[in-house]
Amino acid sequence: MLAVAAKEFLHILRDPRTLAVALVMPLAMVLLYGYAIDMELRALPIAVLDEEGGVRSRQLVEDVQSSGFIQVVERLSSREQIEPGFRHNRFLAALVIPAGHARRLGQGREAPVQVVVDGADGSTAATVGAYLEQAIALHNGRRLPGAGLKPPLRVEPRTWFNPQRVSAHFIVPGLTAVVMIMVCALLTSISIVRERETGTLEQVLTAPVQARELILGKLQPYLLIGALDTAVIFFVGRVVFQVPMNGSWLALAGYSLLYIWVALAMGLLISALVRTQQVAMMIALVVTLLPALLLSGFIFSHASMPLPLQVVGHLIPATWYLRIVRGVMLAGVNAWPREALVLAGMGVAITGLALKRFQKRLDD
Amino acid sequence: MTPVLDIRSLARAWDGKPALRDLSLTLQAGGMLGLIGPDGAGKTTAMRMACGLLRPDGGEVRVLGLDVQRDGAAIRPLIGYMPQRFSLYPDLSVDENLRFFSELHGLSRDQRQQRRERLLAFSRLEPFTRRRAGALSGGMKQKLALACTLIHEPRLLILDEPTTGVDPVSRQEFWDLLGDLARGGMALWVSTPYMDEAERCGHIQLLHQGQVIAEGRPAELSASFPRRILRLEGADPQAVRQLVQAFAGVVLHRFGHSLHLVCDPDQEEGLRLALRQANLEAKPQPPTLEDAFFHAVAHGSLAA
Repeated sequence: MLAVAAKEFLHILRDPRTLAVALVMPLAMVLLYGYAIDMELRALPIAVLDEEGGVRSRQLVEDVQSSGFIQVVERLSSREQIEPGFRHNRFLAALVIPAGHARRLGQGREAPVQVVVDGADGSTAATVGAYLEQAIALHNGRRLPGAGLKPPLRVEPRTWFNPQRVSAHFIVPGLTAVVMIMVCALLTSISIVRERETGTLEQVLTAPVQARELILGKLQPYLLIGALDTAVIFFVGRVVFQVPMNGSWLALAGYSLLYIWVALAMGLLISALVRTQQVAMMIALVVTLLPALLLSGFIFSHASMPLPLQVVGHLIPATWYLRIVRGVMLAGVNAWPREALVLAGMGVAITGLALKRFQKRLDD
Repeated sequence: MTPVLDIRSLARAWDGKPALRDLSLTLQAGGMLGLIGPDGAGKTTAMRMACGLLRPDGGEVRVLGLDVQRDGAAIRPLIGYMPQRFSLYPDLSVDENLRFFSELHGLSRDQRQQRRERLLAFSRLEPFTRRRAGALSGGMKQKLALACTLIHEPRLLILDEPTTGVDPVSRQEFWDLLGDLARGGMALWVSTPYMDEAERCGHIQLLHQGQVIAEGRPAELSASFPRRILRLEGADPQAVRQLVQAFAGVVLHRFGHSLHLVCDPDQEEGLRLALRQANLEAKPQPPTLEDAFFHAVAHGSLAA
């Protein structure tokens, strides 16, 4: 078994591509996704049509921009310019300040401004509309004390565990779950098929080595690489994205090893089932990446899924690991016995299945 | 004495199509048995079953009296199997490959060192121990594969087309190594498509479409070729072809400047006469193993 492990380790070291898949890909993915799946929108481009052109209207535009979420990219001189701007995606919304704005304010009357939003991208439209409304409300509070009626009740939303609602804090731990299962399954999925394809398996099988030793030997080096990967990802999450760590690193490491094992076993099972490396890699990607991304609760909450998808979601290892990682890092809870038990069960079942399949396939 | 390899009525079908029917053979220590046949004849299927890599549909394989199906674990240390495809790790060095296989066979450190030295000397691979297996020449690759196959000192060596795709000089060298092993008391079962290699075996079996169509010592087999061969030197092929047309079933082969006419024994007299009338002197040509092989494949046996 150690011989197999040592040999497999040499393979990995000798093959720069495997090494790249193992170490660079997870890092690249975390950095890319960490920045790209930023669920907040910053510096949304808008246009301003200031028909008034006075001090008051300039103050309004300044206040709107000061939040950092909105950036005025264009000054318009007529309403006709709004539509072409939307069409060419130069800006997402237009703020129209009608003439007589200051005069109406001076008279203590209502001074409406208009917000025109490009509805082509629904979710962005809603966001930019909401941001603009908020910015204008802020402006009202600051510049026009006592103007209008004070709302009797104000809702102040508070978010726990991630008070600033920084999306990277939420994304990076989840991303670990997605990236690790994909990379680990990918790594092991080709390991047996490769030997079958190149014919090396034939000679190994005539040696007095048991299938169990072969499989477990193959697991070891990848377990090490997986652990290294996880460490790198958490390091990046901590340093680059400043994800808080409220729980214990030791607990997190333990759970992560459990999860890596499940992912590696999935790869081995695939490897024992298929004939070519390409098919193995395809299957590994399909059964790990998409479910982990879409059904684990990483992006879409389980609560919003129809029942069948929820059931499928609970069969995915990433679902359970995701709860643990977010729980440990953000909520600071270290004990997740149920989740850990589920993961361990999956690991045992999948490894067993891979062993069984592999032994059968010695024959054909 | 218990034969090293004893195969009785071995058979296997792939998807209902028989790949091997009724193969029987015995092989004693120090013997070298050749399995000759075109691609797809069933050579690899037979050898894989003998190693226990495939389950036979019928028949049995015994190695030193042990049944391959039942006593698989006990038999593995006795067999060295070298598959047709290069089956070592191309990204590992010569030394690392040897080491991996010795560890796989559970050799102690001392044994490993000792055998490594001996096998490297035997295969003349010493200067290349640090070279990756993938960067070796075809002949050296096969010698390394042989060394890895021998690392656990098996009693029976099964080699599936070990020299296919290897240059003639390296082939010669490789077969010299095999000869040394046989003289040392090892039993060798080798498949090959090359007739010159087949000649070096003590006993050969011609396999065609899963069936043994002829077997015996190489000299016996070529002698039992049922037709006659006449050789003509420097004759005009066109003229000879014209002349031969009168004789049904006579085949004409060109070998450089000489022509071979293959005829039935009862045609020989008439053919010679006709050639002499055309001022052509034909000499009898002793049949080779290749002649016997082609005849057997074309007619299903070596019978006339």
